[in-house]
Amino acid sequence: MQIMLNGESRQVEDPCSVLELVQSLEIKGRRYAVEINQQIVPKSMHQDTLLASMDCVEIVQAIGGG
Amino acid sequence: MEDQLIIAGKAYQSRLLLGTGKYVDLQQTGEAVETSGSQIITVAVRRTNMGQNPGEANILDVLDPEKYTILPNTAGCYTADDAVRTCQLARELLDGHDLVKLEVLGDKKTLYPDVKQTLVAAQTLIDDGFKVMVYTSDDPIIAKELENMGCVSVMPLAAPIGSGLGVRNPYNIRMIIENAEVPIIVDAGVGTASDAAIAMELGCDGVLMNTAVAEAKNPILMASAMRKAIEAGREAFLAGRMPKKLYASASSPIDGTFF
Repeated sequence: MQIMLNGESRQVEDPCSVLELVQSLEIKGRRYAVEINQQIVPKSMHQDTLLASMDCVEIVQAIGGG
Repeated sequence: MEDQLIIAGKAYQSRLLLGTGKYVDLQQTGEAVETSGSQIITVAVRRTNMGQNPGEANILDVLDPEKYTILPNTAGCYTADDAVRTCQLARELLDGHDLVKLEVLGDKKTLYPDVKQTLVAAQTLIDDGFKVMVYTSDDPIIAKELENMGCVSVMPLAAPIGSGLGVRNPYNIRMIIENAEVPIIVDAGVGTASDAAIAMELGCDGVLMNTAVAEAKNPILMASAMRKAIEAGREAFLAGRMPKKLYASASSPIDGTFF
């Protein structure tokens, strides 16, 4: 199915949990936060939260800034 | 006597808060932070770079949140909604850490705060349990209002972000300090060590800066200079300066002259 990931369309397996998505992106272990359709998905929910077609997913991290 | 900066109940020895943007790489960022002696470090929250550099170091690998107080900012936000959303994401990625630097900008040219949106965002964040350090204009009335709402620190600008113009309105900064019961931190606008010292001599509790260090020709040396300027300015403030006089006053006694 298709989702929007950080502003770009992306094809993922169906079903796909947030944890599976994160693992496929090789960002596991880094500090990040995930939002689906502007709702934060807490880390404790990543395994149990399944993506739906056309979900807008944002994965953010800390970077240098003033 | 130990002179500490206390923000949201936590004590800090350093009164220099350092931003981590605009350095050439993370190694230079780490060195600048280390040299500056800063204990509170600002970071921005942005989309993770997907796939292109999977092994890329993360700023939080270089600046350990166990060692430094990480202060996520809302830079780039022009609405209260965006700023609140950014803070909530920051809290999630920092495992519940709730100290944030709120800034809601008015326009790209001046990066002046949009005070109306800042007030809305501050209230929402405080109601949601955040400890808010707030970037604002150097307006004493607004500064007091933000304090009364429950912001843990009010941070008026010295001059526009990244301008390096120094403290443009020292009398307003003094008014804000004299009326405040929370730490007042000058945030944005210092260009060099003397600017930071002036802010501290006015009685500021601290100075938050980024560009002045990152865009110096030698950022590490400037980080060292800023550390000393903040300390010198603070000591001069505590010491209490002599009054200014128009005419001279001899330093050597007149009695005992033999000529």
